[in-house]
Amino acid sequence: MKKLSARRRHPLAALVVLLLALAATGGLYAAFAPAGEAQADNSAQSLAIEEGRQLYDVGCSSCHGSNGQGGSDGPSLVGVGAASVDFQVATGRMPLQQPGPQAPAKPAVYTQAEIDQLAAFIASLGPGPAVPDPDVYDPAQGDVARGGELFRSNCSQCHNFTGEGGALTHGKEAPNLYNVEPRHIYEAMLTGPQNMPSFPDTTLTEQDKRDIIAWLDEVNTSDSAQPGGFALGGYGPVGEGLFAWTIGIGALIAVAVWIGARSTKARKS
Amino acid sequence: MSTATDAPKPAEAPRRGSKAPAGERVADWADGRLGIYGLAKANMRKIFPDHWSFLLGEICLYSFIIIILTGVYLTLFFVPSMAEVEYHGSFKPMQGIMMTEAYASALDINFDVRGGLLVRQIHHWAALIFVVGLFCHMFRVFFTGAFRKPREINWLFGFLLLVLAIFTGLTGYSLPDDGLSGIGIRFMEGAILAVPIVGTYLQMFIFGGEFPGHDIIPRFFVAHVLLLPGIMLGLVVAHLILVFYHKHTQFAGPGRTNTNVVGMPLLPVYIAKAGGFFFLVFGVIAAIAATVTINPIWVMGPYRPDQVSTDAQPDWYLGFSEGLVRMMPGLEWVIPGGYTLNFGLLVPLAVFPGLLVVIGAYPFFESWGNRDPREHHIADRPRNAPTRTAFGMAWLTAFGVTMLAGGNDVWAINFNLSINAITWFCRIGFFVLPPIAFIITRRICLGLQRRDREKVLHGRETGVIKRLPHGEFIEVHEPLPQETLHTLTAHDQLTPYEIGPETDENGVRRKVGPLERARARVSRGYYGEHGQIPKPSREEYKEITSGHEHH
Repeated sequence: MKKLSARRRHPLAALVVLLLALAATGGLYAAFAPAGEAQADNSAQSLAIEEGRQLYDVGCSSCHGSNGQGGSDGPSLVGVGAASVDFQVATGRMPLQQPGPQAPAKPAVYTQAEIDQLAAFIASLGPGPAVPDPDVYDPAQGDVARGGELFRSNCSQCHNFTGEGGALTHGKEAPNLYNVEPRHIYEAMLTGPQNMPSFPDTTLTEQDKRDIIAWLDEVNTSDSAQPGGFALGGYGPVGEGLFAWTIGIGALIAVAVWIGARSTKARKS
Repeated sequence: MSTATDAPKPAEAPRRGSKAPAGERVADWADGRLGIYGLAKANMRKIFPDHWSFLLGEICLYSFIIIILTGVYLTLFFVPSMAEVEYHGSFKPMQGIMMTEAYASALDINFDVRGGLLVRQIHHWAALIFVVGLFCHMFRVFFTGAFRKPREINWLFGFLLLVLAIFTGLTGYSLPDDGLSGIGIRFMEGAILAVPIVGTYLQMFIFGGEFPGHDIIPRFFVAHVLLLPGIMLGLVVAHLILVFYHKHTQFAGPGRTNTNVVGMPLLPVYIAKAGGFFFLVFGVIAAIAATVTINPIWVMGPYRPDQVSTDAQPDWYLGFSEGLVRMMPGLEWVIPGGYTLNFGLLVPLAVFPGLLVVIGAYPFFESWGNRDPREHHIADRPRNAPTRTAFGMAWLTAFGVTMLAGGNDVWAINFNLSINAITWFCRIGFFVLPPIAFIITRRICLGLQRRDREKVLHGRETGVIKRLPHGEFIEVHEPLPQETLHTLTAHDQLTPYEIGPETDENGVRRKVGPLERARARVSRGYYGEHGQIPKPSREEYKEITSGHEHH
């Protein structure tokens, strides 16, 4: 004790005490603070949000507002969820190239990593549907026949029987679903982009959505069987009539001209 | 000779095992019972003129035969019943779905009957091409004036065939009871319901109860496989008999007159050509059917009244009825007493037969307007009948606009247009475009007539530029060959029908009805000074070609 009391006026004593105190608080905190690992994860998430925020400021904020609150040029993104961002940006619909009746699909502008960051940022603005797990939209696990029935009941009035797409009013359209990724079909049903109504799990369950995806995977991809031959776009009688009036009757008239020219009379001139 | 039974010559009374060729013996046998020698003598050497456009009718005939042949095959497997069954055929995406027997059997035809899908596609493609062929055949007959006396009745037979073909097509389209055909039947039901007063009764009568009921498919089946094709077959035979009886029209040319037919005999030339042509038509249609899908009913699912699809149209020949309905604003009146008048359907329903009747009745209008009692066996060149040609083009323009409106959604998505803009274009265009087409066509025809006149009088422009001694440049015109001169001037030019003097010989005003005035007005439109360019006369030709070097 003598030693201690003898040195307590040493010039470095304050420093030592300070260091000890800091070590003690730090150690105590480290010992008692809960969920240290979550802490580390959160910092990655907040990093993604931060990156997303920067991408958002550059690419999206001019229409959707500096905090995603929306404005005269774009809707509020608070609460639309990561699924919505993943759908809109990964299919190239966002960022919008030019104002129009509807945002068309085009090659994606952002990489999937950037899209995930944007999604993280938008998801941080308010709770909304998350990007689904691959299991949820795997067409192999769906029931094609049941999906077809659900599709005809819920989707075909705009997208046509096999999802070839159809016109809506004033230049809007229900797009062709040919070769669309199952994940995007699922997200579209979940979030209801643009003119599409949304089909949350309370309306179409996960299984229902998976069945619908299985149906589309069966009938409207580049791998779909075409038992009848070339499908003429799948638009029904308009395409067929056009074909009959051009190639059909055209070939027959060509044959008629040929037959008509096969006579002694025609060869004379 | 008649009594010389005791010494028969071998050729006259062949004995058993005689030397006459087998074909001759068969023919003798048949002649003894059917009198085919007389028929053959009269018809075997029947002359038909040669032109490719005269084969358009044959396209129709052959596709009709193909439809009947393939239809018989399909009938063997189709079950016209609306009883509900669960599907367990070999098409996976419909496994376990509840559907009518009609749809299930249609799926079986596609996937479980040998050759069923191909035959079904040949049947449907042939049906579309049949009606396309009817239209093209009618274009030819219309624009060349081949419907004129004595062929008006045959025009009517052909017109009836078109109408029946449309309804046979409608019933056939509805039979498989897939989603698309059910939408079509529902459309038809709506149209029936829109008929004032009797609409609901008619609907109950035709469907045997509330839509869809259990009767409509069996009823359509009977109409599609028996009633309508039966009538059509009879009309086709009558049509062909009349073609034989009237003889075929021919285009003007040297040696061709209103009283002869220049061409090739039926046997052997036309039988060979026609037989070959049948197989070519069959081949083309089969090739299309083997490579191009038509009406893929397997992905449309069974019809359920609660399900509907976009891009739902009738087959093309009813596209104009669809278009009329899509163009018409959805006006609706509820008149006192609670009756609803649905003008959105009622007006198109009235215009729909109107559009058809106009072409059916046209020959009678033209002969009435021009008081033309003569027979016409020389086909007109369309330019030499500008008013008729212009009328035809105006009709086609109106028809085209309705077809455009009928497919407005498909055009909209494929050309990135607004469906509303297309509909408005069609609404206005239906009234504005036909008159414009009429005026333009008539002017083009008159221009071509002037061109013909100039060619006859001044010859063909050779493109050779000659310089005359005094320095003038001229283009050398080469006189046309004699045959061409004949062909270009062979057409008749009527004078318009005149009412006659306003007063009779006593100076009293004659009584002229408004109908008579209208007739004179119509005739002036056809043959008045703005209706045709006077063809060059012999005198003009002589004056111009004699003496002067050029003009």
